[in-house]
Amino acid sequence: MIALLIRDLRLAMRAGGGFGLGLAFFLIVVTLVPFGVGPQSDLLARIAAGILWLGALLACLLSLDRILALDWEDGSLDLLATAPLPMEAIVSIKALAHWLTTGLPLVLFAPVFGLLMNLPEAGYKPLVLSLLLGTPALSVIGTFGAALTVGLKRGGLLLSLLVLPLYVPTLIFGAEMARRGVEGLDITTPMLMLAGITCGTIALLPFASAAVLRVNLR
Amino acid sequence: MVLNVSDLTIARGGIKVLEGISFDLAPGGAIVLRGPNGIGKTTLLRTIAGLQPPHSGRVDADPESLVYAGHSDGLKATLTVEENLVFWAQVFGNTDISKAVKSFQMARLVNRPAGMLSAGQKRRLGLARLLVTGRPVWILDEPTVSLDADAVAMFASAVRAHLARGGSALIATHIDLGLPEAEMLEVGPFRARAAELDDFDEAFL
Amino acid sequence: MNLNALWAYANPKKFIQATDRVLPWISILAVLSLVVGLVWGFFFTPEDYRQGSTVKIIYLHVPSALMAINAWLMMLVTSLVWIVRRHHVSALAARAAAPVGAVMTLIALATGAIWGQPMWGTWWAWDPRLTSFLILFLFYLGYIALWEAIEDDDTAADLTSILCLVGSVFALLSRYAVNFWNQGLHQGASLSLDKEENVADVFYYPLLVCIAGFVLLFIALVFLRTQTEIRARRMRALLARERMG
Repeated sequence: MIALLIRDLRLAMRAGGGFGLGLAFFLIVVTLVPFGVGPQSDLLARIAAGILWLGALLACLLSLDRILALDWEDGSLDLLATAPLPMEAIVSIKALAHWLTTGLPLVLFAPVFGLLMNLPEAGYKPLVLSLLLGTPALSVIGTFGAALTVGLKRGGLLLSLLVLPLYVPTLIFGAEMARRGVEGLDITTPMLMLAGITCGTIALLPFASAAVLRVNLR
Repeated sequence: MVLNVSDLTIARGGIKVLEGISFDLAPGGAIVLRGPNGIGKTTLLRTIAGLQPPHSGRVDADPESLVYAGHSDGLKATLTVEENLVFWAQVFGNTDISKAVKSFQMARLVNRPAGMLSAGQKRRLGLARLLVTGRPVWILDEPTVSLDADAVAMFASAVRAHLARGGSALIATHIDLGLPEAEMLEVGPFRARAAELDDFDEAFL
Repeated sequence: MNLNALWAYANPKKFIQATDRVLPWISILAVLSLVVGLVWGFFFTPEDYRQGSTVKIIYLHVPSALMAINAWLMMLVTSLVWIVRRHHVSALAARAAAPVGAVMTLIALATGAIWGQPMWGTWWAWDPRLTSFLILFLFYLGYIALWEAIEDDDTAADLTSILCLVGSVFALLSRYAVNFWNQGLHQGASLSLDKEENVADVFYYPLLVCIAGFVLLFIALVFLRTQTEIRARRMRALLARERMG
C-alpha cells in the first residue's frame, strides 16, 4: 500500500504540475474574482472565505480525472485488481495521493491567497482549519466520481456533473465555518458537521468506489 | 491442480461468446490457447483472472496464485525500469528484482525511464513483471506482441524456467512459442451458438 | 398475499403483458382525476383571503413536488432491487422514472417561481426548500447523463444504481446542510398528518384528487417508458445476436 502511495506521489512530481497545477489554478481564480466583482476591499473581505472555498473546490475538480484515468489507460488498474491489495485500499490510497498533491498544498497556501482577498485577520485560522477538515472529503468524493467515469472516452464533463452535487454539503459547511470565523461567530457546529462528513465519506465511500471500479474493469 | 475450469461459459457485453470450456492446469504445466481474433480469448483470460464474473460454470483457483498480463504492461513512462519493477514487486509483497532483470537481460536498462524504451523493450519489462510477483500461475494475453525473434526465445526460456520451478502458464498467442511441452487448446469449437429466439426472459435473448 | 408472486413481473415479457392490461385504465383514471381535481380546484374553491387567486397554483405545485421526491425514492428502491436480485426490469424502471422525476422537479420549481413572484416579490430566493429542489434536479441530471454515457447496459445499470444510493445519502445531507445554511421564506409543509397545520378543507379535497392524478400519471408514464426501455434493450440484444452470426 505504501508502495502505491509512493509511486503515485513520485509520478505526480515527475510529471511536473502534479503539485503546482492545482495551486496555479487556485491563484488564477483568486486573481479573476476582483476583476469580476470590483476591487472594493470591504466587498472582497466579505466574500473572501466563500471564494477561497470555491477556488479550492474547483482546483480539486480539475485534477480528478487523472486519479484513475492514467492507470486505466496503461493497464495498471487491471494488474492492481489482481494484486493482493483489496480494491477498497487501492481507491483509498489513490484518494490520499490526490489529497496530498492537490488538497494539502491548497490548505498550506490558503493564507497567502487570503491576503490577496483582504481576508480579515480573525478569518485565517478558521479558513485553514475548514480547508484542512474539508478537502479530504473532496478528494474521496472525487475518487468515487473518477471511478464512475473511468471507462468513458469523454468523461471529464460528466465527472463534473456527477461530482459537483455531491460536493454541496462539504462546501456549505466548509464555507459556513470559514465565514463564521471571519465574523467572529462560534464555529463549533459547522466544524463538527464538516468533520463528520469527512469522516463518514472516508469510512464509507471507498466501498462504493471499489464496487464501481470492479464493475468498470469487467 | 492449480487451476480447474469446468463447463465455463463467458460473455462479453451480455452476449455469450464461448461456452462449455473445461480444462485443468497442473503444476509445471502450460496450456496455449489458440483461435481466431475476436473469438473471446481475452475475455476468457480476464474471466479466469477474476476480473469479470463467468456467465456460468466454474473457475477453481486460488486467486492469490494467479497473475495476469494483458495487452498493456502497466508501465509508467516517467519511472525508470527499476522503479517500475520494484513497485510491482512491493505490491505483491516481494523486494528482489534481480532475477527478473537477468532473465530478460535488462541490466543495461535499469536506470532508463520506461518511456524511453522501444516497444519490444517495454514488452520485455512487462513480462519481467511476472517474475517479480512470485506467483505460480501466469495468465498471459498475447505476450509476444512486438517482440523480436531473440526476445521471443528469451520469453520462451523464461516460461520454461518457470515451469521447471513448478509454476504453470496459460497463454493466448498466435505464434509458435517453441514450447513443445505446452498443451494446445483450440477455442474455436467452443464458440457459443446464438440463443434460441423464442421467449425472452431475464437476459433479453 | 404472497409477496413472492410479485417477482414474476420481473420477467420482461410478463411485465409487458401485465402492464399492457392495466395501462389504459391507469391512463384514463389519471386524466380523469387530473381534470376533476384541477377544474374543482381552479373554479370551485374560494380565493384565499391573503393570497388571492394565486393560491390555486398549489394544485400543480404540491403534487409535482411530492412526485419529484417520490420518483427518486422509487428509483432508490428499484436500484436496490437490481443490486440485490439482478432483475433487469427493475434497473430499466429506474432508468424510465428518472426523466419523469426530473420533469416533476422542474414543474415544482417553475410553479414555485410563478407563485413566489406575487407572494414574495421575487422569482427565486435561496430558500432551503427551493435550493434543495434545485440540487435534486442536478442529481437527476447527473443520473440521466450517466445512463446515457455508458454503452453496456448491465454496466450502466450497476453504475447508476450505486450512484443512486450514494446520491440519496448526499441529497439527504444537502437537505440538512441547506437548512442550516439559510432560514427560508417557504411556508411549512402543505400536507401533514397533523390537521392543525394543514391547508383548509376547501383546498384540501381537490388537492388530494390532484395528487392522486399525479401519482397515476407518474405510474402510467413509468410503465410506458419501462416498456419502451425493455423493447429497446431487446432490440439491441437482437442486433448484437445478428452481428455474431
